[in-house]
Amino acid sequence: MSELLAAALIIIGLIFFIAGSIGLLRLPDIYSRLHALTKADNVGLGLLVIGLLLLADDLFIALKLLLVWLLVLASSATSAHLIAQRARRRERGLWKP
Amino acid sequence: METLAWGLLDLLLIAALLALAWGALSGKNLQRAVVHFIGFGLLLALIWLRLRAPDIALAEAAIGAGLTGALLLAALRDTPREVVSGADQPGDAKAANSFGVAAGLALLSGGLVVLLAMAYLQALEQADPVRLAQQIQIHLEQTGVSNPVTAVLLNFRAYDTLLELAVLMAAVLGIMALGPARAAYLASGTMLSGLSRWLTPILILVSGYLLWVGAHAPGGAFQAGALLAGAGVLLRLAGFPDQQIPPATVLRSLIITGVSLFLAVGLGVMLAGRGFLDYPPAWAGGLILLIETAATLGIATTLVLAFLGGAPPQWTGLHGSGPAAGEPNS
Amino acid sequence: MIDAQLVYGLAGILLFSMGLRSAFSSTALLRRVLAINVAGAGLFLLLIAVAYRGLDKAPDPLPHALVLTGIVVAFSATALALALGRRLQETSDDE
Repeated sequence: MSELLAAALIIIGLIFFIAGSIGLLRLPDIYSRLHALTKADNVGLGLLVIGLLLLADDLFIALKLLLVWLLVLASSATSAHLIAQRARRRERGLWKP
Repeated sequence: METLAWGLLDLLLIAALLALAWGALSGKNLQRAVVHFIGFGLLLALIWLRLRAPDIALAEAAIGAGLTGALLLAALRDTPREVVSGADQPGDAKAANSFGVAAGLALLSGGLVVLLAMAYLQALEQADPVRLAQQIQIHLEQTGVSNPVTAVLLNFRAYDTLLELAVLMAAVLGIMALGPARAAYLASGTMLSGLSRWLTPILILVSGYLLWVGAHAPGGAFQAGALLAGAGVLLRLAGFPDQQIPPATVLRSLIITGVSLFLAVGLGVMLAGRGFLDYPPAWAGGLILLIETAATLGIATTLVLAFLGGAPPQWTGLHGSGPAAGEPNS
Repeated sequence: MIDAQLVYGLAGILLFSMGLRSAFSSTALLRRVLAINVAGAGLFLLLIAVAYRGLDKAPDPLPHALVLTGIVVAFSATALALALGRRLQETSDDE
């Protein structure tokens, strides 16, 4: 039973990942692409982690999975911010590469 | 049904891998090539997991994709603009070579593929696939660790690992002898410096965990050292002032610590009447952990210095105060 | 259905020859460094494919140790090559 639920959550997470990738390919400019990619991928990863949590054997593995999720959340938010900041500065002509 | 799914997965992974490699090697823009290469490294880490090599996957993700990617992106900064965009190539990059050279190279590489493939197929049919693996399995309890890869690295073939640490040390000494380090980065905004303030302690903890768990699960000195190096690179990129790099005396000891402790253990065991690096089975686990700890510190220092690309300004007496020695620019 | 060992080994051979050819035919140093790294990755893929024993049996640990060593050494060689390239650039700029 829990395996079925985990499989369903993982598949829904994968759908979010696919949606994020389609957004990366189809959206017009960098900001909308960043938006789609970061949000969709984070939700997808969250669902994936919840699905895996249901399959975890002991508490330690579950805590490690949560740590992975938190780290990816923090680093993807920071890198999305940095990319958007660079794109903004470049538009305004403040970027000196 | 299940083997069909695995077969499809394999074909998909390999197709994506070859496509990313093609993207890294073709085209004129070098920045595009470097980004393709970073993706190639990450996909390769996934393939290592599929081929049941989790230790390699950890090392590939940390070193092959992460640190190499950071190194290549830093090297892009040093490359002049025309070379990066490929604008200095006459027309099509492939036309830079004459037709004869290009044809010869194509023939050679095609011939190489055919010959290697034939040799590989023959080897798969004829070779007895068990031999050494069985020997490793038989003697695994005497090694002091239960992870077979760690046992091979630090017990059965400890001599090779010692020489590899020496190669790392030689490479970093060469890098530092060539010139001052790359220019430092400006102090970053709140996001990146906040992230690195949080991430560095976590990375140190996880690195220690990987070092400890390498005895009985995937992990070990190389992966732990790579994580520590990642923390060092992150601190460098966040533009914290140069006080983060230790002074020259500490730096010197850190560089040699891996090789010297390894040698000390090897020679010390000889004093007890055994061969070089032939640990007594009762002490093997503790000795391996000791060597791995020193190796972690040495590897981390080496990898960070390799990323810096030269002697940091603290390395006094070598390059004085060159114009690019640690002075921040964009 | 498809033997994983065979398929990944052939992919490794392909990557190796792709990288080698690109290392000889490109001019920019960064591209050559990328090519040598890709060739090295192909070799690692070949080694790990040889070590693979299937999904249920444990793999052969000896090629794993070789590849682990190789990854770290490849990184340090890349770093040394890029440092040399940077120095060459500075020297040619001073002329």
